[in-house]
Amino acid sequence: MQQGSIITDEMKEQLGVEGTPTILEVEKGHIRMMAEALGDPNPLWQDEEYAKKTRYGGIIAPPALLCNARAGTGRGVQMKSPFLRALAGGDELEYYLPVRPGDVITSVSKIAEYNEREGRRGKMLFTIIETTYKNQRGEVVATSRSTYISY
Amino acid sequence: MAKQLYYEDVEVGIEIPPLVKRPTTRQLVQWAGASGDYYELHYDKDFAQAQGFPNVLVHGKLKFGLLGQMLTDWIGEGGILRKLSCSYRGTDFPGEDLVCKGRVANKYVKDGEHIVECEIWTENPGGEKTTPGNATVILPSRAQDKKEA
Repeated sequence: MQQGSIITDEMKEQLGVEGTPTILEVEKGHIRMMAEALGDPNPLWQDEEYAKKTRYGGIIAPPALLCNARAGTGRGVQMKSPFLRALAGGDELEYYLPVRPGDVITSVSKIAEYNEREGRRGKMLFTIIETTYKNQRGEVVATSRSTYISY
Repeated sequence: MAKQLYYEDVEVGIEIPPLVKRPTTRQLVQWAGASGDYYELHYDKDFAQAQGFPNVLVHGKLKFGLLGQMLTDWIGEGGILRKLSCSYRGTDFPGEDLVCKGRVANKYVKDGEHIVECEIWTENPGGEKTTPGNATVILPSRAQDKKEA
């Protein structure tokens, strides 16, 4: 590797360290804003009367609710990079339980991996962050693995 | 809502009904508010151009959400989305068609669950797959419904 790695000892020390939790109090209004932003008219996200008759027995949140900054996806960790430009590389979510209005979701992230690669724009750093989402009963509702690219 | 999709209705190779979107800058601002992602790259054209892009970019996680919409529309309330992943490989811009597509890659029964694995992606007007990914869904089975009835 030329001129050593861009991954410093300080960065390595952050591997596996749990970051500051993010708390998301799930509200119907927030679910509606998200459905509107997606342009997703599914009544399961918004229509209580409709949702009551389904197996869920009430409104649930769309999958996008747990894949964003507000839900704490990839947040709260000491992410360092020698570069100024950043892009989201990808997301992988696994869902275990539905999320409902009134749920309080606590998410905790940690840096799982760093990779460096030579890209079209020069050296690039890939940081992979894993997040676990639990509800107010301590049940894991989802986990995620997100890739952030800086260059 | 459309009628419920069952495991027996699905064969390897069949296509998921596409979801055609044309995000606007306004939608990107809505998404910024709903998701809490206020990175200027997604609503400030000067900022985006200084980064070498011709226009603001559609958020990767918005594309994730739209792929999620395609899947939840398809599987209906009787299906469960277990896994959704995608890579933000290419850039997409507001005002352009963004088509969410997918295809069944595999189906099997494991531990009593009727599992369907799919390839999914978004396509830009040039037909390029800008957001390739995978999804795993669990569908109800007609055979199981009969047993439980």
